[in-house]
Amino acid sequence: MIDFELSEEQQMIRDSVGAFARDEIRPAARPADESGAIPAPLVAKAWQFGFVSGAIPEKFGGGGDARSAVTGAIIAEELGFGDLSIAIHVLAPRLFAFPIVEMGTDDQRAKYLKRFAGADFAAATAAVMEPRFDYDLSALQVSAKRDGGGFVLNGGKCYVPLAAESEWMLVYAATDAAKGFAGVDGFIVPRGAAGVTISEREKNMGLKALATYEVTLKDCRVGADARVGGDKGIDFSRLMSQSRVALGALGVGVMNAAFEYARDYAKERKAFGVPIATKQAIAFILADMAIEIDAARLLVWEAAFKLDKGGDGLKESYLAKNYVAQSALKVTDNGVQVLGGHGYIREHPVEMWLRNARGFSAIDGIATV
Amino acid sequence: MIDFELEPQVLNQLKMYHMVSEQMMRPISRECDEHEHQKPTQFYDSMWAASAAASNIQIGHDKSKSTEAPKASAPRRATVLTVLSTEELCWGDAGLYLSTPNPGLGGAAVMAAGTPEQKEHFLKRFKEGKPKWGAMAITEPSFGSDSSAVATTATRDGDNWVLDGNKIFVTAGQMSAEKSEGFVVVWATVDKSAGRAGIKPFVVEHNTPGMTVTRVENKLGIRASDTAAITFDNCRIPLDSILGSAEVRKEGGFKDVMATFDATRPIVAAMALGVGRAALDFVRDFLKQENVPIRYGISQRRLTAVERDFMEMEAQLQAARLLTWRAAWMLDTGKRNSLEASMAKAKAGLAVTLITQKAVELLGPLGYSRKILVEKWMRDAKINDIFEGTQQINMIIIARRILNYSSKELN
Repeated sequence: MIDFELSEEQQMIRDSVGAFARDEIRPAARPADESGAIPAPLVAKAWQFGFVSGAIPEKFGGGGDARSAVTGAIIAEELGFGDLSIAIHVLAPRLFAFPIVEMGTDDQRAKYLKRFAGADFAAATAAVMEPRFDYDLSALQVSAKRDGGGFVLNGGKCYVPLAAESEWMLVYAATDAAKGFAGVDGFIVPRGAAGVTISEREKNMGLKALATYEVTLKDCRVGADARVGGDKGIDFSRLMSQSRVALGALGVGVMNAAFEYARDYAKERKAFGVPIATKQAIAFILADMAIEIDAARLLVWEAAFKLDKGGDGLKESYLAKNYVAQSALKVTDNGVQVLGGHGYIREHPVEMWLRNARGFSAIDGIATV
Repeated sequence: MIDFELEPQVLNQLKMYHMVSEQMMRPISRECDEHEHQKPTQFYDSMWAASAAASNIQIGHDKSKSTEAPKASAPRRATVLTVLSTEELCWGDAGLYLSTPNPGLGGAAVMAAGTPEQKEHFLKRFKEGKPKWGAMAITEPSFGSDSSAVATTATRDGDNWVLDGNKIFVTAGQMSAEKSEGFVVVWATVDKSAGRAGIKPFVVEHNTPGMTVTRVENKLGIRASDTAAITFDNCRIPLDSILGSAEVRKEGGFKDVMATFDATRPIVAAMALGVGRAALDFVRDFLKQENVPIRYGISQRRLTAVERDFMEMEAQLQAARLLTWRAAWMLDTGKRNSLEASMAKAKAGLAVTLITQKAVELLGPLGYSRKILVEKWMRDAKINDIFEGTQQINMIIIARRILNYSSKELN
């Protein structure tokens, strides 16, 4: 039965994460964008919310919370409102831990999950994207070939968050290229594994505070036990749907940041003796931003809801994420436009949000719910 | 808890509506479009009989008088259900949907502003006898969006109100005023100097002397629905025809019109959804037949232009649908929804206008041909971006709400 009300617990989570994003992430966003570094104390504080440890089963010391993609979307939106780079950074360990929670073997759970239940941030990541213009999640070119008891990985990855500091990396590779999503497996690759080269940090238009890297795999050998889920493998399509929900929700947060800032500015800034917000030319831009934010959020929530109900959410998450990629660009661009010349100056954050929002058409798989 | 799922019994109900659309509307869709003022009486009779049979029309019953205790556990969801059924019926034909015999917007006004006695008196007719229509007359030749500019006057004369003025764009006006035992709710001012506060709704019975349908418009689309111009010339109606109080207060009167919009805008948005879905379903089936795949989940860079367009149409329609559901849900749960109702209406009206235009484009020469209904849906869709508050009026309402501005501050 149709219902748009958050549960009490979800409201509490939204309020507390929202306050953290507004009061602590936001002030750190511009300095981090300029310097490329996120303050460690902020990352440590974010860790205390249990964004990662909460979903680790109790027997490994975690919170044992039931995962909900809807709740995950609510959290991601709030963090994205604070700052996209910082949000992706603090959520990055999920990229490694959550697939193991959901699809790993008992041995893999026992071996890896404890690390994410502790008091300190545990860097870990996943390598999904590939450095080609038409790289395709359903046709990955990084390959995993059986070799004796294990696998040999070959190919190049890019946009791997925190690759240099991560203890473990989950590398997605095609074991059977003909099978599309179903032919993809995830392999646990430890730091310093032979055949793995991590590049210099990537330099991107936006997401400048997020450390991302190209990763090259050349005859990188891993054991059979490195394959997530063992012989059963993983449901890669589902993992990517979860990722699209997370990225979509982060995008809604970025949109909302731009909207609020532009709205407040337009009420303050005067032209011809009146606030510019009293002119339809500006007011209509703001109204359109507000509509697109709500539309995008509802599409993301619906995709999340489908996942929570056990559906694959492929179509919903794909449409929602693509919708966000377009509307986040439009909304943040409008944010710059409402501020006019001031929007172009780095003293205001709107230009940063425009650069960050452009990223949604390029990124996949670097956040999850 | 966030929930987007419709339960089985609702889905079953919607299947029924879908059958009505498929079997009663689609077969006469083209004919009613080509012969604008011809009345599909058989359709009227069937719909009238069907609604009597379903007898789920709550209108006319004053629930507060009921001796039964209200079911505390069952949440109100009338608007959500109306929105769902409206989409389903407008998937069939939006013009025929609007021409279906029912209390219409006139009934909505009686429900919103009438006393229990008035509701009983004016609405019970919709449960008996021959098909009847109700209509609402606001717009005048000299204004459209600025509904505070009502110039039609209501003058007290003994035991009567006397109406004088001209109304246009009255949906189902001809059926309500002259061709059935229906009524028209007319917005008129009792005191021009009082501005908005003086504007009140009056119920005028069919064939009341002094009320004349002077014209039925020829339109771009929704041609099965009559759009009438009605003149009131010394039109005398009983004193108790006024809905609500005759007293002119600062607060009042006009607010009722606005409150009606909060309820009707989600429904108009749902009408748009139905037309948009009709076009989308057609294109989907067509592409399938032509072996053009729609591949979800692949790289954006590998999508064809057709895939991109189709997915964009799908996402836009779903975004509009979710906004519409939310606005309806808010009304049902007693939340103020003016902002959300306008968002739904603005989004759905525009999205479906563009979706249907794109559908014509995607189908090439076939899309432009009157052999199929897609071109008609494009014409039908456009009205949803205009009536019940144009795109622009809804944008103003949204802007005022998000900026916390009054109509004086932002106009």
